Amino acid sequence: MTAALLELTDVRKSYGDRVVLADIDLTVPKHDVVCLIGSSGSGKSTLLRCLNLLEQIDDGVIRFGGVEISDPRVDPRSVRSRIGMVFQAYNLFPHLTVLDNCVLAPMRVHGVPRAEAVQRARELLARFGLSDQVDKHPDRLSGGQQQRVALVRALCTEPELLLLDEITAALDPELVGDVLTIVRDLAEAGTTMVLATHEMSFARDIATTVCFLDGGRILEQGPPSELLVSPREERTREFLKRVLPPTG
Amino acid sequence: MTEPWSPSERELDRRAVRRRQRAVSITVASTVTVVVFGLLLLGIVTSPGWPSVHELFFNGFHARESFDAILKGFWVNVKLFLICEPVILVVALCVALARTARAPWLLPVRLLAVGYTDLFRGIPTILLVVLLAFGMPALRLQGIPNSALFWAGVALVLSYGAYVAEVFRSGIDSIHPSQVSSAAALGLSRGQTMRFVVVPQAIRRVIPPLLNDFVSLQKDTALVAAAGVFDAVFAARDYGNFNFNYTPLVVVAGFFVLMTVPLARATDWLQRRWMERERAGAL
Repeated sequence: MTAALLELTDVRKSYGDRVVLADIDLTVPKHDVVCLIGSSGSGKSTLLRCLNLLEQIDDGVIRFGGVEISDPRVDPRSVRSRIGMVFQAYNLFPHLTVLDNCVLAPMRVHGVPRAEAVQRARELLARFGLSDQVDKHPDRLSGGQQQRVALVRALCTEPELLLLDEITAALDPELVGDVLTIVRDLAEAGTTMVLATHEMSFARDIATTVCFLDGGRILEQGPPSELLVSPREERTREFLKRVLPPTG
Repeated sequence: MTEPWSPSERELDRRAVRRRQRAVSITVASTVTVVVFGLLLLGIVTSPGWPSVHELFFNGFHARESFDAILKGFWVNVKLFLICEPVILVVALCVALARTARAPWLLPVRLLAVGYTDLFRGIPTILLVVLLAFGMPALRLQGIPNSALFWAGVALVLSYGAYVAEVFRSGIDSIHPSQVSSAAALGLSRGQTMRFVVVPQAIRRVIPPLLNDFVSLQKDTALVAAAGVFDAVFAARDYGNFNFNYTPLVVVAGFFVLMTVPLARATDWLQRRWMERERAGAL
């Protein structure tokens, strides 16, 4: 058993009267890949946003690397600089070139010299097949390319934890593969990740743990071989029946 | 979900910490504010010339004496502003639309619009006011008003229309082409696309710079004083020249500030409402 990188106990989040997360308990050991599944509005995105403090939780405790980050005295920026996040809609900065998108945080947040940051960004971009796009602006790229750039941007700061929020949901099926291959490589390289996804077969391949969220609660969690094959809860079975491709 | 929930000990702790943090920031904010403004005030009041400045610019007696005349003059400024503003909006939007028009037979209109903005943005507003207010009545045209006030107003409309047209145009240009495509895909004509999709979004986006221009216009109604129109500034100068006291000018300044603040607050409110409606939950 490796040390837990991320530990959530009894996390709760509500917007006014609407409870979006409740009783969330989750442990993410180093090098694990946790997939959050569940229908839209089940709280997957909110949970991810709570993890890097983009949302303030209403109760419970979030520990990251053994330190409670839900403490109001913790500077959110110090936490976020150690966590990478990729959004469904890429959220690249349209006024910067691909390269400048990637070196912004390393230079400004981590104080890496430009030459070094550029070198690292170029390496990563090359590894992800984006060498030709380095000096273009994001809007000139296809969706799949943009999402790969967004991944590189998140990786450039060498985060200890990577949060991926339905990163393939806005891509057409042909491009999904490119992005997922990269994520698979990252998982094999031991990157700790928490990701919300609709790609069940992908979750089955790379997840160490799958969590099924329903109505803001983790209804059940377990290794994909159990949860996706023989779920305990009726609700999970229903959901899987609708989303899982017929096995054959 | 209806099950009872009460915050845990830890959460209550955290809320206490947040409360303390908030209390600290409020204390810091108020202390800094009081100190900064206190020092500024002290610096002014203790300056060697303060007694004479106080007498010349902040004289209670002269403020009261000139108040009525200024109020009457200020009504001219208000009227001018209230009439010019809607006219400017219409003129400017037309010019902006003319500049973005793409139909080949509209080319002369486009050229006219470009010429208009180039010309009237180039001429200092005060020159335009003086030229029109003195020049146009001299033409003795029949059937249109010949008062200096009317032509001063026209000068303001022409000058500001050019500025505001550019604001509108930048707003229209800032709407992403995908919006135009999706409107076109629905079968809307170019005119309909502009009217129902592009312009409404553009206007929202340019509200802050528009407000800026209108605050500026509110103040620039004072330029009509240069054409001899008896507005607030002219009334104040008139009083000051007669009584050798500048307090009325400070009173006028106060009037203008009072007039611009409500507009600024109203715009803030409007923008917040739009933002809340369109970005619900996404922030």
